[in-house]
Amino acid sequence: MPASLNLYALIAQRLGIALITLVIVSFAVFFATELLPGDVAQILLGQAATPQAVAGLREAMGLNQPAIYRFLHWLVGLASGDLGISYVNNMPVAKLIGDRLVNSLKLAGVTTLFAVPIALGLGIGAAMWRGSIFDRVVSMLTISVISVPEFMVATLAVLIFAVWLGWLPALSYGADVSSWATVLRAYAMPVITLGFVISAQMIRMTRAAVIETINTSYVEMALLKGASRRRMVLRHALPNALGPIANAVALSLSYLVGGVIIVETIFNYPGVAKLMVDAVSTRDLPLIQSCAMIFCVSHLTLITLADLIAILANPRLRHR
Amino acid sequence: MTDSFIVSVRDLTIGATTDSGRKVQIIKGVSFDIAPGEIVALIGESGSGKTTIALSLMGHTRPGCAITGGRILMQGHDVTAMDEKARSGLRGTAVSYVPQSAAAAFNPSQRILQQVIEISTIHKLMPRAQAERKAVELFRALALPGPETIGNRFPHQVSGGQLQRLSAAMALIGDPQLVIFDEPTTALDVTTQIEVLRAFKSVMKKSGAAGVYVSHDLAVVAQIADRIIVLKGGEIQEEGTAQQILHAPVHPYTRQLVAAFAPVPHSLAQIERQAHEKPILQVEGLFVGYGPMSGGEPHVKILKDVNFRLERGRNLGVIGESGSGKSTLARAIAGIVPAYRGNMLLDGQELHPALAERSKEELRRAQIVFQLADTALNPAQSIGTILGRPLTFYKGTAGAAREARVIELLDMVRLPAGLRHRLPGELSGGQKQRVNLARALAAEPELILCDEITSALDTVVAAAILDLLKELQRALSLSYMFISHDLSTVEAICDDVLVMYKGEVVEALPAAQMSRQAEHPYSKLLISSVPQLDTGWLAGLEQDPELVAAFSRR
Repeated sequence: MPASLNLYALIAQRLGIALITLVIVSFAVFFATELLPGDVAQILLGQAATPQAVAGLREAMGLNQPAIYRFLHWLVGLASGDLGISYVNNMPVAKLIGDRLVNSLKLAGVTTLFAVPIALGLGIGAAMWRGSIFDRVVSMLTISVISVPEFMVATLAVLIFAVWLGWLPALSYGADVSSWATVLRAYAMPVITLGFVISAQMIRMTRAAVIETINTSYVEMALLKGASRRRMVLRHALPNALGPIANAVALSLSYLVGGVIIVETIFNYPGVAKLMVDAVSTRDLPLIQSCAMIFCVSHLTLITLADLIAILANPRLRHR
Repeated sequence: MTDSFIVSVRDLTIGATTDSGRKVQIIKGVSFDIAPGEIVALIGESGSGKTTIALSLMGHTRPGCAITGGRILMQGHDVTAMDEKARSGLRGTAVSYVPQSAAAAFNPSQRILQQVIEISTIHKLMPRAQAERKAVELFRALALPGPETIGNRFPHQVSGGQLQRLSAAMALIGDPQLVIFDEPTTALDVTTQIEVLRAFKSVMKKSGAAGVYVSHDLAVVAQIADRIIVLKGGEIQEEGTAQQILHAPVHPYTRQLVAAFAPVPHSLAQIERQAHEKPILQVEGLFVGYGPMSGGEPHVKILKDVNFRLERGRNLGVIGESGSGKSTLARAIAGIVPAYRGNMLLDGQELHPALAERSKEELRRAQIVFQLADTALNPAQSIGTILGRPLTFYKGTAGAAREARVIELLDMVRLPAGLRHRLPGELSGGQKQRVNLARALAAEPELILCDEITSALDTVVAAAILDLLKELQRALSLSYMFISHDLSTVEAICDDVLVMYKGEVVEALPAAQMSRQAEHPYSKLLISSVPQLDTGWLAGLEQDPELVAAFSRR
C-alpha cells in the first residue's frame, strides 16, 4: 500500500491542510475588511475634524503603513493571543469579545446538548423504520422546518410562548438565573429556534447515511443471520455511517456560532454575532476581524474534527 | 410424507413490483423437496429466479418482492405463514446463508470472529468462549491458514477466497439443517475456486447438513450437487440427479445449457492474405503502470516487458486471473493507459502511447469493446445516436446516409432496425452487448480489442455472441484480441493464447493445444483448474500443493 495511506500521515496531512486553510482565511478576512468603504480616522473624529487632525490620527494608528505589513503584524499578534485594541473605545478586543463569546458558546452548548441527540435519534429511527408512518412524519416535518426561515420561527415562538401564553420570558439575557428551572425557561426559546434550524439538516443527513448502509450486503447478511431490525441498524449499519453523520453534525453545529445573528437579535441576546454587526457600523476593524476569525476557526475546527472522526472510523485505515 | 424432507416447497409464487409500479410474477409455481444431507443445485441464467427462490427458503425477499402464494415447509413449519420474528428465529439456526460476495457480506468495521459467532450471540445458542472454540474448529476444517488467529483480523485483511470460506464457517456455527450457497465461487479465480469448493464439500459432508447450491455454472454444480434443478423464467424446466442432467438431459433448455459447455472446435478464419503482410498488431517490450511518474517510471508498475505479434485475420486470446494485467494490456494498446516504455506497431506503423496523440485514422483502425455494456453505453442516448456518433466522428456521415448505416450496423449484429429508437435501458444484456459491438464496428476497424465481453452474459447468450464474432470476422476481415478469464471462451474463438501472470506473459500457446502444450507451471495450474462437466472431476483432480501455494495469492 502506498505510504500516503498511513493513518498518522493522513491525520497529520489533514491537520496541515486545516492550518494552511486558516492562514488563507485570515488573509481573506484581513483584506476583505480593508476593502470596507470609509476612513476610520475620519469616522472617529467626526464631521468637525480638520485634515491635519485626521492625518495625525492615521499616523498614530499606523494606518499609513503598507497593508501587507499590517497584515503580518496582525497575524503575529493573533498567534500570540493579542487581538489588538478596539479603534472605537480603546479597549483590548480580547476583553470586548471575552464575555460575548462565553454567552454565544453557552447558547451553542445548550442547543447542541438538546439538538444533536434528538436529531440523531430521529434520523436513525426514521432510517430504521423506513417507509413507516413515523418516517413519513419526521421527513415531512424536517422539510417544512427547512423551508421556514428562522426569523419566522423565532417571531412565532415569541408571539405564542411569550405574548399569548406567557410561559416563557421574551428576552433571554438578564432573566432570572437563580435556579435550573429558570435557566431552562430563559434559554428555551432561543434553543428551540436554533435547534429547529440545525436539527432538520442533521436528521435528513443521518437518515440518508444510515439508509445507504442498510442497503449494503452485510446488513442483509445480518438479517439472514436472524438479527433484529434494531441490531441490524445499530450494530451493522450505524458504525459504518459514522463518517457522513459526523460531517452533517459538524456542518450544522458550525452554523451555531456564526449564523445565529437573527436569533441573537430577536431575543436581544448579547453574543458574538451581535457584537460583530455593531462593530461593522462603527468601522471597528480589529473587532470585526477578530469576530470573523472566531467564526472561521470554529467552523474549521468542527469540519476538521468531523474529517478526523471519518478517518478514524474507517477500519481499513485503523487496522492495516 | 413431507416429514422425511428438510424442506418442501409447494406451488411457490413470488411477485415483484417494478419501478413503474407494474406487478410481475417472477416465480411462477415452483415445487421441490430437499432430503436431509442432500445437496440440491438451483441452476439457471440471470433472471431465472434461482436466488429469489433460495432466499425465500429463509422467509426473505428482496425489497419490492413478496411471496404471493404457495407454501414453504421447513421441518414441518410453514415459513410463508410466519411473522418476521418467527422467521428471524429460524435464520441462522435452521437455515443459514453463504453469500455470493463474502467481501461485501462481511461488515468492514467488525472483526471476523465476532461476525462468525454472531449467530450464536443472536440466538443465545452457547456461551461466547464455546462459540469461539467452535469457530476455530470450523476454520481448521475449512483449511484456513492460522485458524487460531485469523478471526482477530478485519475483513479487508484477508483474501477473497479466505473470506468465502470464513462465510461458510459463519453459516455453519449454528448447526443448521440447511445451508444456502448463493453463487459462492462466482467472484473467485479458477485456482481459488477449487480450494473453496473442496473446503465446502468436506465441511458439508462432516456436518451432515442439507444444502441448496445456487449457480449459473453447470461444471461447478456438477462437483458438489447430488441433484440439479434447472430453472428458467421462474419455472422449473427439469429436475434430476446430477449424473442424469449432465449426461442425459431431457428438456431442450437443459440440452442447450450442456451443449454450451461442449468444446467448440475453432478453425482459422479464411481471409485473403497478401504475401509478406505485416502483422496487424505487434507489441515489443511494453511496460505499463499507473500513478505519479518519477524518473520515467510510474509509481505502480503493472505490465513488464510484454511482447507478441498478432497476424491479420488471426485471433489472440489473453488469459490470466484477476490482477494479472490482461485488461491493462488492452487499455495500453487502445491508448487509454499510456505505456511508459516499449513499442506498439499497428500494421507496421508505430502507435503513439497516448490516446490524445493518435490520429483519427489510427483510432479508427483499432477499436475496444468493454466488458459491461451497461456502463459503456450512455443511458440517456438512443441506440441510433450511440451508433451514429462514431459514424460522424470518423467518416463525417450525416443525415439519411447515417440513418441507413445505423440500420446496416444493427443488421450486422442481428438486431432489428426498430431498436435504434430505444434507449440502452430498454434492451436485454445480450442486446446491449451487441450494440456495444456494433459501435466498434461503426468505425470499420481492422482490429477489435474485446475486454471480457462475454463475462457478464449468460452461457447461452455468450455462445451466441461468440458465433456472431466469428461471422463478422469472416465478413469484415477483422482480427480480435480477446481478453478473458474464461478458458473455454478463449478456446472457442482464438488461434493463439497468451498466459499472463502478475503483469508478465509467462507463455504463448496455440489455443487448440493449450492443455497439451502448456509447459510453464502457472499455465498448467490455470488450465487444470477449469471445472469440467464431470461429477468426479474435483475428486480426481490432482494438483501439486506447492505449485498451488506458489501461484495462488492466499
